[in-house]
Amino acid sequence: MKIYTNSGSKDTRSGFGAGLTELGKSNNNVVALCADLTGSLKMDDFKANHPERFFQVGIAEANMMGIAAGMTIGGKIPFTGTFANFSTGRVYDQIRQSIAYSGKNVKICASHAGVTLGEDGATHQILEDIGLMKMLPGMTVINTCDFNQTKAATLAIAEHKGPVYLRFGRPKVPNFTPDNGAFEIGKAVKLTEGTDVTIVATGHLVWEALEASKVLNDSGISAEVINIHTIKPLDKEAILESVSKTGCIVTAEEHNYYGGLGESVARVLSQNKPTPQEFVATNDTFGESGTPAQLLAKYGLNSAAIEKAVKNVLKRK
Amino acid sequence: MPNIQELEDLATQVRRDILRMVHKVNSGHPGGSLGCTEFLVALYQAIMKTTEGFHMDGIDEDLFFLSNGHISPVYYSVLARSGYFPIEELNTFRLIDSRLQGHPTTHEGLPGIRIASGSLGQGMSVAIGAAETKKLNKDSHLIYSLHGDGELQEGQNWEAIMYAAANKIDNLISTVDLNGQQIDGSTDNVLPMGNIKAKFEAFGWLVVEIEDGNNIKSVLEGMTKAKSFTGDGKPVCVLLKTVMGHGVDFMMHTHAWHGKAPNDDQLAIGLAQNKETLGDY
Repeated sequence: MKIYTNSGSKDTRSGFGAGLTELGKSNNNVVALCADLTGSLKMDDFKANHPERFFQVGIAEANMMGIAAGMTIGGKIPFTGTFANFSTGRVYDQIRQSIAYSGKNVKICASHAGVTLGEDGATHQILEDIGLMKMLPGMTVINTCDFNQTKAATLAIAEHKGPVYLRFGRPKVPNFTPDNGAFEIGKAVKLTEGTDVTIVATGHLVWEALEASKVLNDSGISAEVINIHTIKPLDKEAILESVSKTGCIVTAEEHNYYGGLGESVARVLSQNKPTPQEFVATNDTFGESGTPAQLLAKYGLNSAAIEKAVKNVLKRK
Repeated sequence: MPNIQELEDLATQVRRDILRMVHKVNSGHPGGSLGCTEFLVALYQAIMKTTEGFHMDGIDEDLFFLSNGHISPVYYSVLARSGYFPIEELNTFRLIDSRLQGHPTTHEGLPGIRIASGSLGQGMSVAIGAAETKKLNKDSHLIYSLHGDGELQEGQNWEAIMYAAANKIDNLISTVDLNGQQIDGSTDNVLPMGNIKAKFEAFGWLVVEIEDGNNIKSVLEGMTKAKSFTGDGKPVCVLLKTVMGHGVDFMMHTHAWHGKAPNDDQLAIGLAQNKETLGDY
């Protein structure tokens, strides 16, 4: 099986910052808005290099979403930056009416998603944002897995016409996808070839899936790991093609199983090819304070949880 | 530019449009629409500088954003009678497959509309964003917006009001329709908002008051004054005192007609008080 190596752990939010820095140089229409979290979102470079295109809105996320929507009128491509919780739940109606229903070309860039935000606890650890965003007609939903992929996604969404939700996180995680790799919105990336089980993972859990696949391989289970960075539109063909071969699937995400990637996959399977599926996701719960590793373990979101889910789903084949 | 009589004639015709539109589908919001008729007629016919046709990006022209989207009848009538789409299309207001949705939207591609509105309190932020883009594009044209007074109860407005002053958004003229009414009663009964002028001024805005917002001449004078205040480092607020339901006696000075359509008899009375001027659609 193909082995991936960590080229040095980095935070996905820094991938966003690096992508934004590059966009600042390459695309004069890109503007950035931030609600008092410039450092956390790694938007400092863009701010320093293009002060005239950087808009500090203060702690006023609703206003930020409205301003972003308005800025598209006249050709700007606004990138909003704040935590995932404040990028979605706090401003759902502003996104719904002024951005999604109005069809505005706004890129909602959300850091600190999921429990891996860590010690700040449940008030900040949104586990519902994928569901909220994927329900909005016309919204593209992307959850990237490492630094390189987040940078590539940031560049790609500037070229995409229409509203996008780009979800990434706070902690340093292994960086294993190619530097300056291509990013095709809506196109799944098959990371390993396998025959016994398909593991479809998104965000931070892609690395956990790769770790799980190595352990499984050692025990004679051949896992096909697919990185689904785009949850909407979902790459149905990639999923159906893989389960045609493996006959069972595990979905893995740092999100509530209500409304997440797993449910989107289940819908595709139930309509096209009913297949045993196990869900690695939070079980209708809020998070809590702790280190990212502790939280991933406690809420059943790490490689060990994926291995367990694989063993369970194999029994159902 | 049309003269006062021509603008008044258009306003009367717009009133007829409003009444006939909401009557036909037995739904919609005539009260605020009638109250803002003179304002929107003056804005589109004499105040704003617009280009031919409709271009979403609105480069090199003034732009208008309606935040209180429920007064769509007056907005649609004025847009149609300003040439944005065929006047006959007013016949489709709120009907299935229409571009004239209950609340304005870009979703159906109706020319003249640049943002959806209806869920209140969002329009000023959008207008500020458009104003920021004008500045980035070095486009000296202005952004206009209209808001209900009850709408100011939505907190997002105050985020926007604070931002606009702090960031010297001086190419924006936001008008508040002070009719003192909202769905559940008078604004003073539902949630008293105190001295709105003092609040805007405290936030750092320049304020222009139009005492009779249902008088074309007063609206023109007030908006001309507001325009003269732009470009001076501060956003401009126009407090437009209107009478909800203006021009139809039984609809005036009450919140009862905020979101209620007239029946056949009431329509006849309303139309009799607003004689056809430019031709019904």
